[in-house]
Amino acid sequence: MTFPYVPPEQQVRDKAEFARKGIARGRSIIAVDYAGGVLLLAENPSTALHKISEVYDRIAFAGVGRYNEFETLRKAGIRQADLMGYLYSREDVTAMGLATAFAQTLGVIFTREPKPFEVEVLIVEISEEGDEHRLFRVSYDGTLYDERKFVAIGGKAEQLVEALQALWEDDLTLERALEIGTEAFRQAEGREMEGWEAAVLDYSNGRRAFRRLTGDELPTR
Amino acid sequence: MIGSIGPLPMEAPSPGSSFTDLLDSLGAKPTLNVPAGEKPPLAPEGTTVLAMRYEGGVVMAGDRRATEGNLVAHRRIRKVFQADKYSAVAIAGVAGIAIEMVKLFQVELEHYEKIEGVRLSLEGQASFLARLVRGQLPMAFQGLVVVPMFAGYDEREQRGRLYSYDAVGGRYEEVDFGSTGSGARLAKSYLRTVYREDLGADEASDLAVRALVAASQEDTATGGPDLRRGIYPTVLRIGAGGVEELPDSVIAPLAEQAVDQIR
Repeated sequence: MTFPYVPPEQQVRDKAEFARKGIARGRSIIAVDYAGGVLLLAENPSTALHKISEVYDRIAFAGVGRYNEFETLRKAGIRQADLMGYLYSREDVTAMGLATAFAQTLGVIFTREPKPFEVEVLIVEISEEGDEHRLFRVSYDGTLYDERKFVAIGGKAEQLVEALQALWEDDLTLERALEIGTEAFRQAEGREMEGWEAAVLDYSNGRRAFRRLTGDELPTR
Repeated sequence: MIGSIGPLPMEAPSPGSSFTDLLDSLGAKPTLNVPAGEKPPLAPEGTTVLAMRYEGGVVMAGDRRATEGNLVAHRRIRKVFQADKYSAVAIAGVAGIAIEMVKLFQVELEHYEKIEGVRLSLEGQASFLARLVRGQLPMAFQGLVVVPMFAGYDEREQRGRLYSYDAVGGRYEEVDFGSTGSGARLAKSYLRTVYREDLGADEASDLAVRALVAASQEDTATGGPDLRRGIYPTVLRIGAGGVEELPDSVIAPLAEQAVDQIR
C-alpha cells in the first residue's frame, strides 16, 4: 500500500489545527502575580482530577487539554526537577531549565509523532523576593513564551489575557487577585463557571511555596 | 515510543511513583562495591540516637559526635533529620552512607507526594526505609553498616509511632522507646527506669537529653553536650502539628541541668 505525498507545510498545518481544536474544547487556566506570590486559577468542576500541581520548591505546573497527556508531562517535569535537585543542589532547579525541557519534548512529539499532544502547559516560578516572577507558557508544538504579570492557556486564552490587561494592577492582595481572576473568566467565557481549582506559590509557605486553596478559600462562583 | 524522546523522563519503572527506582533505572543509584577480601576504608561512624513516644506524639534525639576508630571525626554532625511533614529519621553507623540514604529517603517521600497527590502513609514510609536498609546488605557484610530509626505522627491513628531497624532491613515497631548506635544500650537502660506512658512533650524532650548524657558517660563514642563550644544534642518533636526542631536556646538549659546532675 502506498501513501500519497503530503508536503511538510500541509502536515504541520494539519497537526496544528488538530491540536488547537483539541485544546479549544477544554477549559482554561490563568496565572496572576500578586504581592505575596503567584496565583494559579482554573475552571475545574472536578475536585479529584487536578490541573495545577507542585513541581519543586518554588515552581508549579498547570496544564490544559487532554488530561492523560498533560498528566504525563506533569509527572515527567517532577521527575526532571527531583533528579536535578538530587544530583546537584535544590537551587539548581529552575523554571527556565524545566520550561526549555518541556518545550523540547513537546517540539519533538509534534514533529515526530503521528498525533501531536493536545495540550498547553504553564511553568511558574516565584523569584527571589522583589524580582518579577517567571511565567512560562509552552504550546502544543513546543513554542516557549516568557510572560510577565499574568498569563493564560486554553481555549479562551486570548480573551482571558485581554480581560486581565484591563483588570490587573500592581501589588494585588491574594483576595483581590482571586476577584480579578474570576472576573476575567466571567468576561472571557460570558457565563458562570462550574467550579474552581486554585493554588498559590507564596513566600509565606517556607521552602515548599506551593499550597492548594481549599474550602472557603476558593471563590464561590 | 514516547519514552525515548526529548530531555524529560517521560517514563518511569512501575509503579511510577518511586524516585529511588527512577534513579536505579538510570543507573544513578548510589552504590559502593568493596572488592572481595579487601577491607573497607575507615569512615566516620555516627553513634547514639533515640526516639520515645509521649502523649500526642514522639520525640527523636541524637548526639553530635562521629568517630573514626578511637578518634573523634566530627563534633557537630547531624544525625536526626526531618523526613516529611510528619516524620523524622535518625541514623547510626557509617555516616557518609547513612546521610546519603536520608537524602534519598527525603526526596523519595516528597517525590511520591508530588506524583501521587497525597503523602505516603507512615507505615508506607517505614516500610520503604526498610527497603533502603536492605539494599545496603552487601555492604553491611563488609563492615559498612547503617542502622536508622524512624518516627512520626500517624495522621490516621492520631498518635506518635516509632520503628527500629536492624542491619538486614528488619523493621520493628516499638510501643515506648527505642535507640540505636554504640550508646543505645546505655540510653535504653536509662529510659527504662524513667519512662511513663503519660509523658508530656516537654518531659519527653528532657528525658531524651538526659538519656543521651547518660550514654555519653560510659560510651566514649557518644558525644555529651559540649557546653564550652555550645554543641548540644539535636531534638525533634513530632505531633499533630508536624515536625518541630527545638532550638539550642531550649536545649541548652536542659543539657546543662542534665550534666550538672550526673554523678
